[in-house]
Amino acid sequence: MSKVDHPPALEIHDLSVTYHKKPVLYGVDVEIPQGSLVGVIGPNGAGKSTLIKSVMGVIPSSGGWVKVFGKPLKDSLHRVGYVPQRESVDWDFPVTVMDVALMGTYGKLGLFRRPGKAERKIASEALEKVGMLSYANRQIGNLSGGQQQRVFLARALAQDSDLYFMDEPFVGVDAATEAAIVTLLKDMRERNKTVLVVHHDLQSARDYFDRLILLNMRVVAEGPTPEVFTPELLHKTYGGRLTILSEIADRTAKMS
Amino acid sequence: MMHLLNMEIFQLAQIFQLATTLASGLAELMPSSGTGKAILASILLGASCGMLGCFVVVRRMALMGDAVSHAVLPGVVAGLVWSVDRNPFVIFTLASISGILGAGVVQMLMKTTRLKSDAALGIVLAVFFAAGVVWQSKEKSATAGVLHFLYGNASSIDQNDLLMMLVTSVLIAVVVWLLLRPLLVVSFDAAYAMSLGYPVKFLNALFYTLLSFSVVVALQAVGVILVSAMLITPAATAYLLTDRFKPMLLWSMTFGILSGLAGCWVSMSYNKMSTGSVIALAATAFFALFYFVAPRHGILVKYIRVAKRKSRTHRENLLKEIYSILERKEFARESVSLKSLSERRRQTLEATQKDALILQKYALADYSEENRSLQLSEKGWRRAMEIVRNHRLWELYLTRQADYAEDHVHDDAEKIEHVLGAEIVEMLERDLDFPEVDPHGKPIPRPQSEVVFVEPKKRASQLVNPNKN
Repeated sequence: MSKVDHPPALEIHDLSVTYHKKPVLYGVDVEIPQGSLVGVIGPNGAGKSTLIKSVMGVIPSSGGWVKVFGKPLKDSLHRVGYVPQRESVDWDFPVTVMDVALMGTYGKLGLFRRPGKAERKIASEALEKVGMLSYANRQIGNLSGGQQQRVFLARALAQDSDLYFMDEPFVGVDAATEAAIVTLLKDMRERNKTVLVVHHDLQSARDYFDRLILLNMRVVAEGPTPEVFTPELLHKTYGGRLTILSEIADRTAKMS
Repeated sequence: MMHLLNMEIFQLAQIFQLATTLASGLAELMPSSGTGKAILASILLGASCGMLGCFVVVRRMALMGDAVSHAVLPGVVAGLVWSVDRNPFVIFTLASISGILGAGVVQMLMKTTRLKSDAALGIVLAVFFAAGVVWQSKEKSATAGVLHFLYGNASSIDQNDLLMMLVTSVLIAVVVWLLLRPLLVVSFDAAYAMSLGYPVKFLNALFYTLLSFSVVVALQAVGVILVSAMLITPAATAYLLTDRFKPMLLWSMTFGILSGLAGCWVSMSYNKMSTGSVIALAATAFFALFYFVAPRHGILVKYIRVAKRKSRTHRENLLKEIYSILERKEFARESVSLKSLSERRRQTLEATQKDALILQKYALADYSEENRSLQLSEKGWRRAMEIVRNHRLWELYLTRQADYAEDHVHDDAEKIEHVLGAEIVEMLERDLDFPEVDPHGKPIPRPQSEVVFVEPKKRASQLVNPNKN
């Protein structure tokens, strides 16, 4: 298995991000092999969502580079799927469950081509997989939190990517949906997909993920779950904010 | 990727060129009478503002439309001053540039300060408008007629203005038609749009440009101050009517055109009336109408829904009380007297008789005038048991699973019993391991067990405790 044939699904090198001139991520180095389920964990404000967003190019990074399957992101964008936080959109928006699932197919269609029968079939199958097909014609505002998350997942499935970034998919969902998502994640791993999940619950993190990225403004540790999920490393991640680091961050912000 | 984008821009440019050629051909066919022009103008701007207005409303940037409309004023004044022959193309271009500039300043303020959009819009709206007014008052003679742009006057629209409107409207329609999906995804979820590889910045810039165009086109009919009426109100009305974007576009265009026509007609019949104000009033009249009568989001429907639920709750409470009276007598009797029911409900006999007649009307019970007593029908029995079961299951759930104290659960159950659906009841029963008694020791009825309706007495005792016999 040479590195050329099987490049890592995701390679992040020295990635730094600043928000309003205030550094929020320092020199992140990560290498994720293909076919792994990865949990990104860390305290509030550790930059978990920021990491995903900057890798996706949604927010600009101030340094470092990202490679996806050995190529710059913009060359492998079609192999990447993104599941944003549920709160990031307006659920009163006049679209149906089917409309949202169909959005997953838009990437391959380009700007002008319209979704046809084939795309509708893909979207229906994705909805079926998350148990939301019977809601296809509902406006998305009439759904529960868990159902909304399932719709987002269906959209990602319809995209049929090889690498997924999911931002807090377990927040505010019912137990049934949580179980459904876990099944879905395992199923994705079977098919050699790589999934990065921003997660906030330590207990379940150990059970759900093969690998963990412990994050607190920089990568505290990264690797297979049994190796990384240790009291010392967790304490290092959660044991208070890095006082000096965040103090310096504040000062840099004021200076510029 | 870049190459692809260029191709697409090239395609757009071609389409635009085609539209322009088409429009100049159409100029020959343009109506020559003032009324004809006003009517065509209303249709065009109603349609184009209606279309873009939908995006404006769902993106929650209604004030942006307002800011852009005020921000175009310096451009209009510049056009009137610099173009001696008042070339509408020059005015249009300068006004659009001014509008886009305004939108740009808003974005910049939001990026570089901690001001949110409302404050940024407020600043830009005021300063651009003020600058326009100051400049205009210095150049009074050159800018005669600027009032048409402030308040709108459909009868001032001439052949060239109309042509400009036609070209812009066609352009907007074509772009929206071609890019409906990308524009929709960007509006719904910009981060996701980026992850799809959409040129989000380009799409947003395109949208703001079109928005400025439509505002400028609408100026002569509605005026700077009331452009919102064309941009927001028809789209908002459409949003009351539908939950899908395409129908919303069509409805919004319809309302835009109708209010435009109504405004034109009224303001031309009464010469001095400002077109913009009449259009605004007409658009709002539609909004007001559907605010009340819209099928799903209308106030009337919501009111009826609440009233229906209230009366259903009332009936269900009556059934539940009849059930408890019977239960207290260990189901020895089949009917309850009006008197016992009125005592239990702490109300007069007359009121109770009214309630009895209501139950009779819904075929839930038979009321015997003679004996002044009520006997539940099969339907009434089943519903009564369901409600009592819901109540007791919920109480049990709260005490067992949610650790509520026993004396805290009744009031909550009073509300919940009416809203538990079959699915949740099933889940509750499963979670509670098919319980037989509630926290107060009272048996939980089993309406779902299929028992033939023969003798209420026997049946009830069977149902309440199936293991007894």
